[in-house]
Amino acid sequence: MPRRLMPLQVASYLILTVGAAVMIFPFVWMLLTSLKPLPEIYSLSWFPRQPTLDNYVTILFRYQFGRWFLNSLVVGAVTTLSMVAFCSLTGYTLTKLDFPGKGFVFVLILATLFVPTEMLVIPWYASSVRYGWVDTYWGIMFPGMIHAFGVFLMRQFFQGLPSDLLDAARVDGLSELGVFWRVALPLMKSPLAALAILAFLGNWNAFIWPLIVTNRSEVFTLPVGLAMFSGEAGAHWNLITAGATLSVFPVLLVFAIFQRHIIESIALSGVKG
Amino acid sequence: MGTLRPRGRRIQLTLRQRRTLWAYAFLAIPLFFFLAIRIWPMLQAFQLSVTRWHVDPAQRVFVGLHHFRQMWGDARFLQALRNTALYAAIGVPAQVFLGLGIALLLNNIRRARGLFRAIYFAPYVTPAVAVAWAWSYMLSPHLGVINSILWLVGIPPQPFLTSPAQALPTVAAVVVWQFVGFHVVIFLVALNSIPREIYEAARVDGASGWSLFRRITFPLLNPSLVLAVVMATASPSIGILQLFTQVMNLRMYDPGGPLGSTSTVVLYMYQVAFRRFDFGYAAAIIVVLFAIILAVSLIQLRVLRRRFEY
Repeated sequence: MPRRLMPLQVASYLILTVGAAVMIFPFVWMLLTSLKPLPEIYSLSWFPRQPTLDNYVTILFRYQFGRWFLNSLVVGAVTTLSMVAFCSLTGYTLTKLDFPGKGFVFVLILATLFVPTEMLVIPWYASSVRYGWVDTYWGIMFPGMIHAFGVFLMRQFFQGLPSDLLDAARVDGLSELGVFWRVALPLMKSPLAALAILAFLGNWNAFIWPLIVTNRSEVFTLPVGLAMFSGEAGAHWNLITAGATLSVFPVLLVFAIFQRHIIESIALSGVKG
Repeated sequence: MGTLRPRGRRIQLTLRQRRTLWAYAFLAIPLFFFLAIRIWPMLQAFQLSVTRWHVDPAQRVFVGLHHFRQMWGDARFLQALRNTALYAAIGVPAQVFLGLGIALLLNNIRRARGLFRAIYFAPYVTPAVAVAWAWSYMLSPHLGVINSILWLVGIPPQPFLTSPAQALPTVAAVVVWQFVGFHVVIFLVALNSIPREIYEAARVDGASGWSLFRRITFPLLNPSLVLAVVMATASPSIGILQLFTQVMNLRMYDPGGPLGSTSTVVLYMYQVAFRRFDFGYAAAIIVVLFAIILAVSLIQLRVLRRRFEY
């Protein structure tokens, strides 16, 4: 039996390695290019002959990549906090509390899952103009404050929480808020972390809405700034790839640390949702 | 006892009322967000689609189905619609079958499985804008590394994104590259949930290799397969029918070009809304896409469920 399996395994490793090289190559090429001085872009060198960090200095200090990086961090942090707070609260209420109208609320939230973001950007923009939210952080952030995806993710996890535990806490005199905050939430640390990571990544990568709602470069998020900068940078691929590396690297770092967590929650949300 | 009973019921009633109050207190802000951010704007989109837009609300006119009739004579819209269908026809099967293939290979190996899984998944979590620009550089006809590699193996340089014939398949390939890892993960979970005993029993019965896959693995994967196809086509995160970011960034100087050959419905909607500021027509376009997405998802769920049912 093991003898017959050998060639199959070797072939599997071989194909997977070639495939993995295709997956990694763009990141490697991005990084290598970002370390090359401009003339080497035109001489088509493979490895930077005179590696330099000048490109990063240029985009951070001559252009506004530093500012865009901070904008993305602020937007990501606030929306993530809001997502974690409100999605867990809603998921908990829908699983662990009984109240009239629950079915209606459930369907209402479920329905929003079927409406693509692209369909909402025009009304969002019209409202943003009306209320003066264009070119503000709030304008970028408001659509990301809550999402049905997060509600249903948290619902999955709260369903596994025994209700007896919550009832025991109620008997001990905790209020409903106390039960949620002191008993239910502390048991959800790892799902909450998963939700936080997914929410942050989603907002860090978001493009179409931040592109629409911002015109002034001071409020661009990193993807919008990168797109605008690159659109005008011509063949300065050394600078463009430095910007791209700057926006990819934090994500890959977070991914490398929480890889197992992220993949498992994506799998869970995909399989069950 | 007789006096306690009604009292007990009253307390229970108030308890339930208090629970209800708590529930709605918890839901107040989230529900407000859902209504204000999702439900209300959705209704506004429908309303806009039958309105001739004007900055001054008093001068907005109801035009009925005018925009929807306008679409059928709009060559650029029809091209974007055709392209979107083509993207789906290329991208969805490619993503799903590559994802399934990689997952099956990963299932064969023991060591480094987690590492491979992470590598295949990584592009899915990275910003589409950044990787689109990296690909745009790699695919550039004169400075790009892809043509250098092709030259090394004796293939003449290709125009890729600059040729009306090659641009759309090239964009589709970049999209497949970015999203295939998602499907790998979905299929790995499904493969791991198939009980080992089933395989052992089938082996005892003399099944092996291909027939094992065709008779057991494939039918048992059916729910995940349906899910993968539906998600790849129309999910909010990776749905190819909503393709925009990659198309926009792979050809920033001429989005949708050359000659409109890479344009998509969402890109065209964006151009109509934010270049021509014709919000009414743009809303009608996106309403049509919404209808298509709903219809396609429902058809897929029905047809695929039935076809592979065992």
